[in-house]
Amino acid sequence: MGIVEWARSPWGEEVPIHIAFYLIWVCAIAGLLFMIVHAVWARYFAPPDAYADSTPPAEAARIPEKIARHSLAARMFHWVMALAMFVLLFTAFLPRVGIKFPWVTYHWIAGIVLTVSIVFHIVHATFFMDFWSIWPDKADLAEISRRRRSASSLPRRDAKYPFANKMYHAVIVLTGIAVTVTGVFMMWRVRTPFFPRNPYLFGDMTWGLMYVLHGLAGVGLIALVMVHVYFAVRPDKFEITKSMIFGTMNKEFYLKHHDPERWVPESPSSSERM
Amino acid sequence: MAVIHDIMPAFELFQPPTVEAAVALLDRYGAQGWVMAGGLDSFDWLKDRIKRPSVLIDLSQIKELRGVRPLNGGLEIGAMTTLTEVVRDPVVRERYSILSTGAEAAASPQIRNQGTIGGNVSQDARCWYYRSGWKCYRAGGNTCYADTPTAINREHAILGADRCVAVNPSDTAPALIALDAQMVIRNSKGERVVNAEDYFIGPGIDIMHMTVLQPGDLLTAIRIPAAWAGAHFYFEKVRDRPVWDFPLVNIASAAVLSGNRIDRIRIAVNGVAAHPVRLKHVEDAVTGKLRDPATADMAGQLAIQGAKPLQHNGYKVPLMRNLVRRAIRGVEGATWAS
Repeated sequence: MGIVEWARSPWGEEVPIHIAFYLIWVCAIAGLLFMIVHAVWARYFAPPDAYADSTPPAEAARIPEKIARHSLAARMFHWVMALAMFVLLFTAFLPRVGIKFPWVTYHWIAGIVLTVSIVFHIVHATFFMDFWSIWPDKADLAEISRRRRSASSLPRRDAKYPFANKMYHAVIVLTGIAVTVTGVFMMWRVRTPFFPRNPYLFGDMTWGLMYVLHGLAGVGLIALVMVHVYFAVRPDKFEITKSMIFGTMNKEFYLKHHDPERWVPESPSSSERM
Repeated sequence: MAVIHDIMPAFELFQPPTVEAAVALLDRYGAQGWVMAGGLDSFDWLKDRIKRPSVLIDLSQIKELRGVRPLNGGLEIGAMTTLTEVVRDPVVRERYSILSTGAEAAASPQIRNQGTIGGNVSQDARCWYYRSGWKCYRAGGNTCYADTPTAINREHAILGADRCVAVNPSDTAPALIALDAQMVIRNSKGERVVNAEDYFIGPGIDIMHMTVLQPGDLLTAIRIPAAWAGAHFYFEKVRDRPVWDFPLVNIASAAVLSGNRIDRIRIAVNGVAAHPVRLKHVEDAVTGKLRDPATADMAGQLAIQGAKPLQHNGYKVPLMRNLVRRAIRGVEGATWAS
């Protein structure tokens, strides 16, 4: 039982055609197991929510009560992308698990919305946001190295995004690019108003690999989205989720979890590059 | 690639004597079980060695699945009733002649003697790329070999294509939709009744099936209500070989008239999409109107709205339009226009 299904093309080649669809269940179960294991760990085994450093009272006093975290444009991108992602996942996989409906049109429309929102995000993040804030930096690596040497020591506070959040973003970037690039090409296989259908755009092997990559990224997103939603609704992360709705987080949460030297606080009115 | 071997791959054969036994087998074997009615579709698949079921459930021994019987003023036709039996049934001929005409238009006398009405409505697509064993969408692959610039797609769909462009080949299906028939389906959980027009599904819903039947399901009977008995019927099938062929396009209509005015009407066309298409918008447009050339022309134009012909099947658009015109006007008013 492989992870890819193969078929013989009219020219006698063995070509991949798509992923084995049991991977839908593998990823859904993996996502579920992660949530269960993490929830148990967080409830019974996680160390106290404490950090090695803190902000001096005098400096803390200068920090505004509400710290701007996500601009309106960034939040709109996030929720549009989230909506598109849910539509894509449901339209892609519900028919595969027995819930039948005409899904193709909804799927490619949501795919276009996702693609456009990702292009917008790339431009917005590159030129109008603090681009590097979401990527692992030297301080993250130094912190990992320090804690490996001294596992019992308390962690230092994060920059704008925790290291796990940065890694999640990196994985989402990879899967998102894989699924959208292949998805855009796959639109040549269905009828849309944008361009004539052309199944001969690539050879059977290239198409097959594209379907496999699209499928792998797609089922991977099942687990990734499950994990993302899980963390979004966890009480200890809820302040971060609220900031994706309202744009700000409160001073108390900020001072406890974030280092003002690594993420300079801005009040909502003065923030521009978020 | 399909190769005719004449010797089928081995499978375990069951010949259940009752519906209950058949349903139990289907429940036990699920997707591994292949249901065979008359065998005319099944043996093609099996001899070509394209479908290789491990279990074959032959329904031929189930007597309760055969015959035409009265039901609530209408009829119930067992799914294993042969097309010849449907054609020759005096009640069908007298009250639902559209069905006997449709059944008689199917295939050849020998095939009608063996083929069943349940099999006729549940048969698979006849797209030769699919039947040749290519791993197309309908076979679980990721392409449609019939919808390419160089494909041979003269017989394929002009409506409702969604990746796959195969058409439904049944001659009795549009007649049953016109008669507002219901399909009785049994499985291990019980019985459900599905309207004929909902029994057939397009590739947008399920690209690998032509009907709502899922593994474990068994079509046991077709019920025809009294509502359309004795109506003005029209059935016409256009095919390459008048003696024996699948339809290029066929049409069935049932109309109730007041004088020359259309009180109510049902029209279904097949051979133009992956499922028989009920022309509800045409029915609505012509209801209450005179059955005259103007109404027929309007109906014909309306019927083909949204048609998207492929490279080689553009002829189906005027063919469908003219068949709808002829169906509206009835036999006595039928004329052709290019």
